[in-house]
Amino acid sequence: MTVEVQGIVRRFGATAALEGVSLSVREGEFIALLGPSGSGKTTLLRILAGLEGTDAGVVRVGGRDLTGVPARERGIGMVFQNYALFRHMTVFDNIAFGLRVRAQKPHHSEIATRVRRLLELVQVPELETRYPEQCSGGQRQRVALARALAIEPRLLLLDEPFSALDALVRKDVRRWLRGLHDGLGITSVLVTHDQEEAMELADRIAVMERGRIVQFDTAETLLRAPATAFVAGFVGEAARLPCTVRGGVAHFDPLPMTPLRAALPDGPATAFVRPHDIVARSGDGAAKVRLVRQEDQAPNRLVVQAGDVVLDATSGPGEVFARGQACRLTLRGGHVFSAAGGSTRAQPLAAAMAS
Amino acid sequence: MSATTLSLGRPSPIAAIPGFRLTLGITLAWLGGVVLIPLAALALRPWELGLGGVLAVLADARVLAALQLSFGAAAMAALLDLPLGLLLAWVIVRLRFPGRSALDAALDLPFALPTAVAGIALTALTAPNGWLGAPLEAMFGWKIAFTQAGIVFALMFTGLPFIVRTVEPVLRDMARDAEEAAATLGASRMQTLGRVVLPALLPALLTGFSLAFARSVGEYGSVIFIAGNLPMLTEIAPLLIVVKLEQFDYAGAAVVGMAMLLLSFALLFGINQVQQLLRRGRA
Repeated sequence: MTVEVQGIVRRFGATAALEGVSLSVREGEFIALLGPSGSGKTTLLRILAGLEGTDAGVVRVGGRDLTGVPARERGIGMVFQNYALFRHMTVFDNIAFGLRVRAQKPHHSEIATRVRRLLELVQVPELETRYPEQCSGGQRQRVALARALAIEPRLLLLDEPFSALDALVRKDVRRWLRGLHDGLGITSVLVTHDQEEAMELADRIAVMERGRIVQFDTAETLLRAPATAFVAGFVGEAARLPCTVRGGVAHFDPLPMTPLRAALPDGPATAFVRPHDIVARSGDGAAKVRLVRQEDQAPNRLVVQAGDVVLDATSGPGEVFARGQACRLTLRGGHVFSAAGGSTRAQPLAAAMAS
Repeated sequence: MSATTLSLGRPSPIAAIPGFRLTLGITLAWLGGVVLIPLAALALRPWELGLGGVLAVLADARVLAALQLSFGAAAMAALLDLPLGLLLAWVIVRLRFPGRSALDAALDLPFALPTAVAGIALTALTAPNGWLGAPLEAMFGWKIAFTQAGIVFALMFTGLPFIVRTVEPVLRDMARDAEEAAATLGASRMQTLGRVVLPALLPALLTGFSLAFARSVGEYGSVIFIAGNLPMLTEIAPLLIVVKLEQFDYAGAAVVGMAMLLLSFALLFGINQVQQLLRRGRA
């Protein structure tokens, strides 16, 4: 189903959790709401589920206005952060719950068939008779997903579903979940504060900041053309470097870095530069290598200190660094946001290229 | 098999908490002195009458009526307290309103009040000329004070906080997200209550029930004023014991006491077994 969110406002007392959020999700799309804690992403998800009211705005799922429709009539599946499984029920009963509470309850043999099919789908058929507390974190997550899928939801909501899993399991489950989505084609909304997770799972990512969606794009676009300084800083790894624009060139003084061409009005600005755009070359520079990461890979990832700033950089072609070695830093590009407003993709100066 | 065992030549006594023997010794001595020895005296005393004498006391219609009343009224009071206690716990945990903390504190008053004071107050309230007794009798013809209903009423008063206080922490710890999950799965509020909330509270409710019941079986002070104490009709077993003591029938009093003890133990043991069944599958 398509999801259409328009001008949602939600206030808690004096503070606004959502300040006019609009979003449009296509049929069968997997999107992520990405943002730091307190950005309103969970509030938005709960509004979609019908667990939270709105002060203004409209939510439409499959074209139907859901304002005032209680959660139980929405047919929207939700996987909760801590799974919220019913502890006094077996896994089977947990999954069957959504079928059993229906006004027209399916026959119990029909319920059993469907629960077993779902257990097969989430690949834990052996858990049928267990209680949630006898299951591992990863298993509970699969059970929670099966329970949400049992009602054949029009929309699937996932609230930080991987946060309770350890790193190794998380990667596996993520890949499996995306595969499952591709197979079922249910429109899905994931809430996460982990950009790696959002990028791996979602078709498009809505980056949220203080109750607003600041950019809603594919991961590739977010990285290539961040709409605001917040997106540039939050998505992907980028060093935040203060600079000054004079005559269309961003200067980083007193940091020992080459300037960048940036078509912006004169004045203070902030540059976001990714590690692979910060190239270290050996020589008598003012920067110093603090740490060499991934020594077996070329080019090396380095941690360098420039003035009082510590940042991630990449070694230049054919260069090998040791800890404590001095180096020069060349910038190959970045995103510059002027304090006066406006931003540009900055390019190295021809002179800097030549040197 | 460990290296420690081999080098010392005997099992290593190292444990997280030292002094196992000392602590167990103190515990057992205390338990013996305070609980087991008095109970042993109670268990020994009746046999002065011989087996026939014990059975004769137990077969006495007045004793049987008193035991039946004590256990019946206690069970009835605890049962009636269950929904009331659940509701009060719910109000205290889930609702926010002015005076909530005062209500919270007031719930413990039955614990603090001398039971005789409570008994006199309840009697005055429900007597035929009391604030509650007069209108109830006028409107429905109900008599509370000096009847078995009065006994149940007094026992409800003393038993209620046990249920509220056992359910309250469990309700407080119960995450709201299970209820929200039930809602997203299509359950109505009643279905959520019946299938998710109540089953989760059931062990706590059962514990509260057995505490209120156990307290009510032995309750004396609050009941004797309101009961009227008519033999065969409104005479509770603890009062019968006092009556027998006053007649210097110590052995007979001990027989009734022992019967109460055994019955209580059997019932509480049974409730505990049900608890075990309920807890199956949970941590």
